[in-house]
Amino acid sequence: MAAKEEAVAARLAGLTAGPGLAGPRAEARARLEVMGLPGRRDEYWRWTDPAALNGATPAAAKAAEDDEAPLFDALDRLKIVFVDGVFDAAASDDLTLAGVEIARLADKIPAWAEALYGTLEAAGQNPVKRPFAALNTAQATDGVLIRVTAKAEKPINLIYVHKSETSDPILHHLVHLEPGAELTLLETGPAGARFNKVMEVDVGSGASFHHIRAQGPDSECRAVTHIFARVAEKALFKSFTLTVNGALTRNEAVIEIIGNDAVAHVAGAALGDGATGPFLHDDTVFVTHQGLRCESRQVFKKVLKHGAIGTFQGKILVKPGAQKTDGYQISQSLLLDDDSQFLAKPELEIYADDVKCSHGSTTGAIDETALFYLRSRGVPEEEAKGLLVLSFLADAIDEIEDAGLKEDIVARLETWLARHRD
Amino acid sequence: MTQEQDIREGVDRETVETVQNMGSYKYGWETEIEMEYAPKGISEEIVRLISAKNNEPEWMLEWRLEAYRRWVEMEMPDWALLKLPEIDYQDLYYYARPKSMATKPKSLEEVDPKLLATYEKLGIPLKEQMILAGVEGAENIDLSNRQVAVDAVFDSVSVGTTFKEKLAEAGVIFCSISEAIKEHPELVKQYLGTVVPQTDNFFATLNCAVFSDGSFVYVPPGTRCPMELSTYFRINAENTGQFERTLIICDKGAYVSYLEGCTAPKRDTAQLHAAVVEIVIMEDAEVKYSTVQNWFPGDEDGKGGIYNFVTKRADCRGARAKVMWTQVETGSAITWKYPSCILRGDESQGEFYSIAIANNFQQADTGTKMVHLGKNTRSRIVSKGISAGQAQNTYRGLVSMHPRAKNSRNYTQCDSLLIGDKCGAHTVPYIEVKNNSSRVEHEATTSKVDDDQLFYCRARGVGEEEAVALVVNGFCREVLQALPMEFAMEAQSLVAISLEGSVG
Repeated sequence: MAAKEEAVAARLAGLTAGPGLAGPRAEARARLEVMGLPGRRDEYWRWTDPAALNGATPAAAKAAEDDEAPLFDALDRLKIVFVDGVFDAAASDDLTLAGVEIARLADKIPAWAEALYGTLEAAGQNPVKRPFAALNTAQATDGVLIRVTAKAEKPINLIYVHKSETSDPILHHLVHLEPGAELTLLETGPAGARFNKVMEVDVGSGASFHHIRAQGPDSECRAVTHIFARVAEKALFKSFTLTVNGALTRNEAVIEIIGNDAVAHVAGAALGDGATGPFLHDDTVFVTHQGLRCESRQVFKKVLKHGAIGTFQGKILVKPGAQKTDGYQISQSLLLDDDSQFLAKPELEIYADDVKCSHGSTTGAIDETALFYLRSRGVPEEEAKGLLVLSFLADAIDEIEDAGLKEDIVARLETWLARHRD
Repeated sequence: MTQEQDIREGVDRETVETVQNMGSYKYGWETEIEMEYAPKGISEEIVRLISAKNNEPEWMLEWRLEAYRRWVEMEMPDWALLKLPEIDYQDLYYYARPKSMATKPKSLEEVDPKLLATYEKLGIPLKEQMILAGVEGAENIDLSNRQVAVDAVFDSVSVGTTFKEKLAEAGVIFCSISEAIKEHPELVKQYLGTVVPQTDNFFATLNCAVFSDGSFVYVPPGTRCPMELSTYFRINAENTGQFERTLIICDKGAYVSYLEGCTAPKRDTAQLHAAVVEIVIMEDAEVKYSTVQNWFPGDEDGKGGIYNFVTKRADCRGARAKVMWTQVETGSAITWKYPSCILRGDESQGEFYSIAIANNFQQADTGTKMVHLGKNTRSRIVSKGISAGQAQNTYRGLVSMHPRAKNSRNYTQCDSLLIGDKCGAHTVPYIEVKNNSSRVEHEATTSKVDDDQLFYCRARGVGEEEAVALVVNGFCREVLQALPMEFAMEAQSLVAISLEGSVG
């Protein structure tokens, strides 16, 4: 057996895949064997050491003592709870919702899900390989299968709970929005010591999908997550992620805009404090434009201190013929002290001439003039810094359309800032 | 129609002539001259032969062999956004020199008239009284202090260097590198390979093994080089690779401005060019390095052209050292080139201004690296990429702020312009910031030639291609302004020529 396949076999040893889907799982395993596990020499892993994700067993990670009220608690939503990757029926709501059909990967799999499972992941493996996503497709034990046929009555909230120090959950969710359908999907909480998650989202024409996710606050956990989205004509895809703490978080988003006049936004705000343990946060985003007159935005902000490391690898790929594309990408970091690092690779790859694409990336310390201004008006230093951090993150948070959800996220940020004052 | 009538109001004669001349590649002719070749292919024997041809000392041969042995183990890099054809390294000549150069001429008077005629035709002043050539309208400019010293490299050898005596008076050494190895071994030994080591990359290592000639400059402490220095590279022989090596040392408080130009004949088969330029800049010294790269780009169908794989790097070793790279890349079928700055000295500065134009089937992957190591270091990158036809043009760059590079600053601006829907424009910047007192800003935009601007020109009677040339020249202005005058004028007309046939 080749060394690559041996390494893959060693990685998969001890994992038990969920039931069914033999075909797509075998194909994913074959993809993984061809790709092999990633290493530092791989272009897209140059700044994030995948060693902790490659090991057969996860490093132990304690669950943080969390006395905060659950996020979005006041909101009327349908809760689906996973404790260390295991579905918790008692804590979850009944899986019925007007305008939506909900099933589980570990249960009877509906035909639409059989057809979709692994297809967007497989398509997203080119030109950049994403071995952990293939691993997920091959081995996922459970996940939620959501088919949206109309406007969902209320948001669905996937709630993750981390209790076991050695849990290693692999979840694979599918979301399929029929033409004109609407759904807001919330994801909250740390899912396990080491979490591997894939979500494939198929947004039909004219449909709209809002995704808001909050990762953390456990500081010892590791996570590698992928969103693979296919966005059809006049559809809307919006995803926002808040990350606080986490030893290693790699969030990949692979968005393929296939229809005309579609909109796709991906945003993220990350707060890392190395004082409570190592913090490495990696956003790897790949947006492909195939349709005419489409708009995409990538807005990523990171606030880092005490040796925290932030990474952004983003790409806008405009395929031949995708004229009138409006592509925008911004990645910014605020380094609160001298030990932290920001590493960025904002890429444009453009094969059509009538397009408007731009990207920007900045890194620096807090604006001393602005700080002085606030101080001179009697705002205490830490509070002033908090205000400046919030204003720095504003562009990313503004990507959340719903005012209530936005408020909840801001409140969570404020708590974090208050707890992590120097 | 008379010439006068032809020139409309608001369009100067130069623009009209430029557009009229927008024929083909101007420098595509070939000099018929008897050549002497080393056998085809690369091996230890060939490395020894090149070293022997240059009468090199033993240490130089050893250095080459060490590089060769490493190169054999290396693989051609594939990370650039280039479709690289298979290159058969055994199917080309690594050394070619005109027979008449077998015994090195003692002065320019002894140089084969055919060679002198070649450079005259190219507009390169090899006679010292010809102060400036290749610049239309030069006669109208006061040239009293615009002398340029030239080192002319023809295939594998340096043909001659002008103004050597005058430069020597100022203490400046300007000669071919083969001469420097013999005449100034202590300087060469001390600095060669210290900026671009033998192990640097596939093409640089290949160059270390087989470089045949190139230029050497040493500017002593406190000296402002009395004139611009320039090297002109000409590839003439067929199936021959050119591997030149340039070493510039600018000692404490010194200043030099250096120009580089290059052309090659039109041929159906592609040719390899793998050069290395090393620049060492000491405390308070400043080097300006300007290139107009106009190698044969291949024909409209993408046949032939030069494969240009170049490693250029400047090392600001002392405090307040300063380097400025300016490049106009219009030629070559393939360009793989990243002139870089290592900002080691505190308060040292690096600047990179680039125009890269790719038309027809040209492919360019070019940019810079700014490595900030010292405190209070500054860098600025302005890159303008223009793609037309079916060409692919990529900006690739690195800005790295090391933990001890406190209070440093970088500003990067990369703009791409697309002309036509078959070409591509790409941006691949790497940004690594490891301290918080530094500020890094990167901006990039991609757009097409603005319809309003074109319409404005067209409404005033400017022809379509001419209008595009005007708009493109405006797009590049920031970089064109950074060029020394001689080059700025040449570059401006080159921009128009390179885009010929890209409209309609």
